[in-house]
Amino acid sequence: MKILVCISHVPDTTSKINFTNNDSEFDTNGVQFVINPNDEFGLTRAIWFQEQQGATVTVVNVGGPETEPTLRKALAIGANDAIRINATPTDGFFVAKQLAEVIKNGGYDVVLAGKESLDYNGGMVPGMVAALSNFNFVNSCTELTIDGTNVKAVREIDGGKENISTTLPLIIGGQKGLVEEKDLKIPNMRGIMTARTKPLTVVEPVAADTNTKAVKYEKPAAKSAVKLIAADNIDELINLLHNEAKVI
Amino acid sequence: MSILIYAESAEGKFKKVAFELASYAKKVAESLGSTVTAITFNVSDASELSKYGVDKVLKVTDSKLNTFSAKAYADAIQQAAKKEDAKLVVLSSTTDSSYLSSLVAVSLNAGFASNVVGLPVSTAPFQVKRSAFSNKAFTVTEISTDVKVLGLAKNSFGIVPTDSSATEEDFAPSINDADFGIKVESTEKASGKVTIADADIVVSGGRGLKGPENWGLIEDLASVLGAATACSKPVSDLGWRPHGEHVGQTGKPVASNLYIAIGISGAIQHIAGINSSKVKVVINSDPEAPFFKVADYGIVGDAFEVVPQLIEKLKAFKAQ
Repeated sequence: MKILVCISHVPDTTSKINFTNNDSEFDTNGVQFVINPNDEFGLTRAIWFQEQQGATVTVVNVGGPETEPTLRKALAIGANDAIRINATPTDGFFVAKQLAEVIKNGGYDVVLAGKESLDYNGGMVPGMVAALSNFNFVNSCTELTIDGTNVKAVREIDGGKENISTTLPLIIGGQKGLVEEKDLKIPNMRGIMTARTKPLTVVEPVAADTNTKAVKYEKPAAKSAVKLIAADNIDELINLLHNEAKVI
Repeated sequence: MSILIYAESAEGKFKKVAFELASYAKKVAESLGSTVTAITFNVSDASELSKYGVDKVLKVTDSKLNTFSAKAYADAIQQAAKKEDAKLVVLSSTTDSSYLSSLVAVSLNAGFASNVVGLPVSTAPFQVKRSAFSNKAFTVTEISTDVKVLGLAKNSFGIVPTDSSATEEDFAPSINDADFGIKVESTEKASGKVTIADADIVVSGGRGLKGPENWGLIEDLASVLGAATACSKPVSDLGWRPHGEHVGQTGKPVASNLYIAIGISGAIQHIAGINSSKVKVVINSDPEAPFFKVADYGIVGDAFEVVPQLIEKLKAFKAQ
């Protein structure tokens, strides 16, 4: 089984977000980049398939050379090889086209992508790749088992979950639950050393449209200070929620 | 030309988001000089949509579509958009709508903006404001394609009743067997509980509750308010509550009208997950808890003393 794991290179979840150049660009100054957390669940699940079922795991990313440490980390965690598509990820459709091309050329059976990346939160790439590749597609996937070409998956729905059966080839929009957080793999020294010698192929992008672009960024308006209410004055809280905020 | 909305329903009844989408589309239609068409799946009485500005309803009735199927629904929406010459297709940001939006966008060669938080900033060029960086910022996004797909964030526009009279038309899209590659074997739903996705009010607990045995406090408060329950990441990591209740950057986003955080200090990832909520109330014994910086109302106090009083006082208030 050949598995491709899509890796987004995103600001760490503790990052403060700022913009430069008259609010037209994201300010990367002082920001630490990590593997997108939703992708990390997919990557660890893929390594499980590699260890238990003999799958090969390739990681792929659309980005410039600055994203290579993120791919090397994925290799240190256990991926067999990596592909960097040498382009600036301009929008979800552009990224999906690049990934679909890699999938077409690589003959993958399973593609694991996070259901969304924690930078632009578009949540569109897995579905677009599925549409372009004509793969079965499960979004918001929290459990995945594969037996031959038969797949059992669980998808989160509002207020519960759905048990699904499907077949390969398959693309997953994955999230927390694919593996337990405590089982997420951290690179060890041996993994880090081995990762240096694993293949990281750089491929050039194919021509693709960019359908959307961010023209300006804004931060939420500054909030007025919290209204503190004495712990023995619950009536006042109820009064404020009813008459001022009008939410009860 | 028209604007097409996907009026989401469950068991034959529209979800609230359907009315929000209709209200939103009506307002956009006014500025574009166009009409609003809604597509529905297996809803026998679609008349309610006419109260929110829908001009035409395309009713799909097909037992194969009783269970949500992303590819089949996306195919039907794409065909409806073509039939109506829709230049704008608006869906919500629920789990199901997010599942099918990108499929719709690709099949229509449309640019797609998700998590849209308001009316277009400009219609030529077409620009919308959307949340990004897990609600830590917004971007104004320009869509350059002829047909555009928007995913509207929940509670970002509200429901605006408007008198209109909608015509209804049966619509039978051609759906291929190949669309049903994903088979739903069974569904597990917590019955009788308000879900985070549907909730106007969310009551959330953190480690300050000290243990799962104290969750009755959160549930009782939620019950008085008709609210959904939620929790912070450490609480779900400790196994006190299911992962589905974890609110935050790597959990569920909450865009409720009222979010009450009890015993949650307010890590940056948690705040990011609830930032779209309109009114935030924080109850915490630590006056230095970072959550107080983003809250609208706060009580510095022990949850085990404050919350029981709040429950009793709310019961009395509701009984008035």
